Amino acid sequence: MTIKSEPFVVNVGPQHPSTHGVFRLRLTLDGEKIIDADMIMGYLHRSMEKLAEERTYTQNIPFTDRTDYLAAMTGNLAYVIAVEKLMNIEVPERAQFLRTIMAELQRIASHSMAIGIFANDCGAWQTPVMHMFRDREKILDLFEMACGARLTLNYMRIGGVSRDIPDEWMPQAHKLLKELPKRFAEYEDLLLSNEIIIARSRGVGVLTPEQAIAYSVSGPMLRGSGVAWDIRKADPYAAYDKLDFEIAVGTNGDCYDRFVIRLAELRQSLYMLEQALDMMPSGPVHQRLGTSTVQPGTQPIAPLAFRPPVGEAYGRIESPRGELGYYIVSDGGPSPFRFHIRSPSFINLTPLKLMAIGSTVADAIVILGSVDIVVGEVDR
Amino acid sequence: MFLLADNVWLDALLRMTIVAVLVPVGVILLTWVERKVIGRLQQRLGPMHVGPFGLLQGIADTIKLMTKEDVRPDSADRPTFELAVFVIVVPVFMAAVAIPFTADIFVRNMALGLFYFLAVSSLGIVGFVMAGWGSDNKYALLGGVRAGAQLISYEIPLILSAVAVAMLGQSLSLYTLVELQDNTPFIAYQPLAFVIFIIAGLAELYRQPFDIPVAESEVVGGPTVEYSGIRWSMFQMAEFVSLVLISALASLLFLGGWVWPFGADNATWLQVVLMVVKTSAFILFFMWMRVSVPRLRIDQLMALCWQILLPFAFLQIIINGLVLVYDWPSWTLTILSGAAAIAMGAIIYRVARRSGVLYQTSGAAEQVGLVL
Repeated sequence: MTIKSEPFVVNVGPQHPSTHGVFRLRLTLDGEKIIDADMIMGYLHRSMEKLAEERTYTQNIPFTDRTDYLAAMTGNLAYVIAVEKLMNIEVPERAQFLRTIMAELQRIASHSMAIGIFANDCGAWQTPVMHMFRDREKILDLFEMACGARLTLNYMRIGGVSRDIPDEWMPQAHKLLKELPKRFAEYEDLLLSNEIIIARSRGVGVLTPEQAIAYSVSGPMLRGSGVAWDIRKADPYAAYDKLDFEIAVGTNGDCYDRFVIRLAELRQSLYMLEQALDMMPSGPVHQRLGTSTVQPGTQPIAPLAFRPPVGEAYGRIESPRGELGYYIVSDGGPSPFRFHIRSPSFINLTPLKLMAIGSTVADAIVILGSVDIVVGEVDR
Repeated sequence: MFLLADNVWLDALLRMTIVAVLVPVGVILLTWVERKVIGRLQQRLGPMHVGPFGLLQGIADTIKLMTKEDVRPDSADRPTFELAVFVIVVPVFMAAVAIPFTADIFVRNMALGLFYFLAVSSLGIVGFVMAGWGSDNKYALLGGVRAGAQLISYEIPLILSAVAVAMLGQSLSLYTLVELQDNTPFIAYQPLAFVIFIIAGLAELYRQPFDIPVAESEVVGGPTVEYSGIRWSMFQMAEFVSLVLISALASLLFLGGWVWPFGADNATWLQVVLMVVKTSAFILFFMWMRVSVPRLRIDQLMALCWQILLPFAFLQIIINGLVLVYDWPSWTLTILSGAAAIAMGAIIYRVARRSGVLYQTSGAAEQVGLVL
């Protein structure tokens, strides 16, 4: 006797605890097995790229906080690098180091969340997330000291950073750097060799190097598939060319490898931070923009409204999620003619269908967790 | 045994009333304990604001849940949806009747207490499947099917490990089984059965790592997803009462209940203390597990049950049979069962480490021709 069965469509999201925002995954199931997966995006679309065309270059910096809201520093950085390329601005040495330090702190904060949430998706009920919050909290305190905000930081400026760090910042940062290795050792102890995490994530959501490159994924996902590609090495920006670090690379390209790479990158970030804090030069933190950008004969309006020359530029950095790029076209006006965000979350999400089909519902959640998306960045 | 009233029926009724009142109050306290314990383990404080140390939080929550609107999906199958709650809660209370908490404090001392407990407590499965089906929600359905599969599977090792103890005590009366442990608790003779009982108990309570039917990150609460207000709190109550019952049963069967280590004729207050300490130890262990481990996948869960726990549960019964038939000294039981328990642990460890053999991995892409 055969039992009649038919496919069963389940909408995971837009309201679901494991989609980490308003992302919708439409799964077609045969029992627990996934036979089709569709990604439906756009629930958090805020039309940032279009809005940015109506605002001045400086006014656009807060938008970059709000795309990847778990890594506002790197969002800022990618955008200001693009504009600086467009305008050929030299950034002071101290500002470069401050940018690097902030970006690496942000990477630790963001990877902590990614690891915690991944473990949460594997079913470790909130404990890893809560422990990770403890570290992230201290990093956010440092951000608050530096720029007054904790989440949407708006710290970077075109030509430098908004302000220098206060005197108390350095001692507190050094204190944090002493504390973090102990915490990381604890996480490695508890999570890395956790049998259930291994059983749940090893061999799940495999992406071969060829597939990873074909889908143009980047960041921990690409490195998890075994491709040693890191923009900090490949196309150094800020002060990364002066720092020594290694690229963590996986072998199997599965969810476990992505998770391990994030843990390894925590260590690398810490190592970079130690170097950067020691090497930090003194000097100005902001390059005053020349008056040449104000058109002759007009009243020199507020420095906010500078006009870059006609042209285009693409600034890219290694954000915690992968290659974050801002492509900016200028028509000589005070606001960009075209403002495009190459967001790693969106592009890393594209092979989800490939990874999810054939696995089970529980695996799909783990795979989605291992991609580490921020929906604000997927939809923009 | 003392009587609360002269008439036997009146006495039984009074005892049941006490259970019916004490249990919900206990559950309210227990939710507070769980939230505090879990909060501490997660670097949080837990409830702080309602009453001293947040002690009244449970009462505040109860009032809130009872006054909440009772939402029922339009498309739900009404009788199934509404009946499911009772099918889950009633067996739990029925099972509570069979548990002797001390030599004097119990509702009924049944000659077949263990049998009755196991029989009645497995009725709850039906309620979960009903809730999953009746909610007309896809997550609930997935959760209900998972619950059915999981609870039925884990019922078997749970029962077999209890049977092993019953073999040893030659009785199905919980009272007798406890009285037999005045020198040595059965955990010393039956470590394997104890481990299996605890693992299967975790699965029966659907706590991590076996919270697959209610997995919040997958099926968002599973069968309970459409329930709100008082109905949902009934689910919670059933869960907490079963937590206490499984803990109490574990301490009765394996840790000597109110008898060990002070012998059978100690004072009632000491018996109460012993039971409370032992039961709380198990409850805390279950709470600790809840926040400490990730969740297995359903196929891994089934593999663990049918390929590891079940054969080893039979092994324990065979060991007991051999020892009882050939009258071997009791220490052989300890050695054989302990060795088997260690072997089981080693097998689970190796299998988990070498994932992909017993645990089927999903070879995603190739099967569907999506390879580039």
